Amino acid sequence: MGLNKIVANADIAIQDIQDGMTIMLGGFGLCGIPENCITALVKKGVKNLTCISNNAGVDDFGIGLMLQQKQVKKMISSYVGENAEFERQLLSGELEVELIPQGTLATRCMATGYGMPVIYTPAGVGTEVAEGKETRHFTMYGEEKEYLMERAFESDYAIVKAWKGDSQGNLIYRETARNFNPMMAMAGRITIAEVEEIVELGELDPDHIHTPGIYVHKIFKGENYQKRIEQLTVRKK
Amino acid sequence: MPLDKNQIAKRIAQELQDGFYVNLGIGIPTLVANYIPEGMEVVLQSENGLLGMGPFPIEGEEDADLINAGKQTITTLPGSAFFDSAMSFGMIRAGKVNLTVLGAMEVADNGDIANWKVPGKMVKGMGGAMDLVASAKNIIVAMQHTDKAGNSKLLPSCSLPITGLRCVKKIVTDLGVFNVTENGFECIEYATGTTIEEIKQKTAGRLSISPVVKEIAV
Repeated sequence: MGLNKIVANADIAIQDIQDGMTIMLGGFGLCGIPENCITALVKKGVKNLTCISNNAGVDDFGIGLMLQQKQVKKMISSYVGENAEFERQLLSGELEVELIPQGTLATRCMATGYGMPVIYTPAGVGTEVAEGKETRHFTMYGEEKEYLMERAFESDYAIVKAWKGDSQGNLIYRETARNFNPMMAMAGRITIAEVEEIVELGELDPDHIHTPGIYVHKIFKGENYQKRIEQLTVRKK
Repeated sequence: MPLDKNQIAKRIAQELQDGFYVNLGIGIPTLVANYIPEGMEVVLQSENGLLGMGPFPIEGEEDADLINAGKQTITTLPGSAFFDSAMSFGMIRAGKVNLTVLGAMEVADNGDIANWKVPGKMVKGMGGAMDLVASAKNIIVAMQHTDKAGNSKLLPSCSLPITGLRCVKKIVTDLGVFNVTENGFECIEYATGTTIEEIKQKTAGRLSISPVVKEIAV
C-alpha cells in the first residue's frame, strides 16, 4: 500500500543515513528523544554528522552516546550542559558547536515546515548571535522593534519521537515530550518517527492529531524505552 | 542582614498579580513559586511546553514525559495546557507572558543584561534566555548584589557578553530593590540591616535613591 509508512525497526528506518548528513533530533533534555534511532545510529557508526537538537544528551544517554563514538562533527543547540565528553571534545576542537536561542531554534524548524525561508525574531538583537546577520525594524501593535533575520533550517533527516502513531504517519505526542518534535517532524527532507505504540488507522481522533502524516515518511514502534529522568524531584506524601 | 535566596523570592512574589502568566527561570526565580499569595491565581509557564506548572510529584508518581525547563519532574494542574516549543516561544515573543523572572551575572544601569556566557569558561548556551529577554515586557532580575569577589553586579555597562538590551525593569538583590529608570538604578527598598551607604558603595552603575525609599518587608 502506497501510504503504509511502517518499517520494521530503527535499523531499517535509518539505513539510508550517510556520513556527513545533517539530522534533526527531537527532544528537550532526555524528554521525548528518539532513543531507538540514536541506538541504531550508534550501531551503524555513521560519522561527521551535523545534529540540530536543543540539547546534546548526557554522557551515557541520548546524543551523548553518539558523541562518545565521535559521530558528531557539529552540534546546533541552545543548551549543552550536563555532558563531560561533549565539553572535552569542544575544548579539544574535535567538535564544532553553534549555540542559538531556544525559540529561534524552534522557529527556524517551524519555518521550514511551513515553507518559509526566513524568520524575523527579536531574540539575540544586540548580542553576538546577531553578528553578521541582517536586521530590520518592524512595528507590531504599535511597538517598533529591531528584528534579526534567521534562516529556516534544512536537514537531510528529521528523527522524532511520538507517543502514538498510525501507518500513515499521523502522530500524537505526550505531555512535555512534545517539545521540538512537531516542528522537526515538519522540517526534515525525510522524517522518521519512532512511537511507543502504533495503532490501527482510524483509531487516532483526527481532532487530536499533532503531526499530520503528510510530514512523516517512515514510522516504527520503538522498543524498550528507558525514558531517563535527568532531575528527579519529588515531594513526600 | 542581607536577604537570603528565599527572601529574595518572597519579595519578588509581591510583584505577582492575580491572573498573571509568569515564566520563572532556574535558580532563585524558581523559588518564587513557593510564595504565590494565598487566593491569587497565577499560571506558571515552562518554556519546554507547559502552562499551568504544578508542584513536584509525590514520590513514586513521577512521569518522565512531564518535566520543566530545568528538566525536573513536575505535575500539571486543572487548566494546564501542553504545546510545542515553537508555540511556547511564540507566546513569549508575542508578549503574552506577563512577568518573567530570571537570574543574571550582570545588569547595566540602562537595563542590559548578561547571564549566559563567561569568556574562557565552558559555554553551555543561552537556552531560552535570549528569547525571553528580547520579548518580555516585564522582566525582574533576581541576583546577588555582588559577585563572590565582592564586585558589583549592577554596572554602568555589562562587561560580559550581552543576553539582551535595555530589557530589565526591576532588580531584587540581597541588599535591596531597584527600578531601572532613564537615570539608572533607583533604589526603592533596602534590606533590613543594610544601609544606603553600603548600597551606594556596592553599586557601580548610576544610582539614585527614591525619596520614598523604605525597608523591604518580607
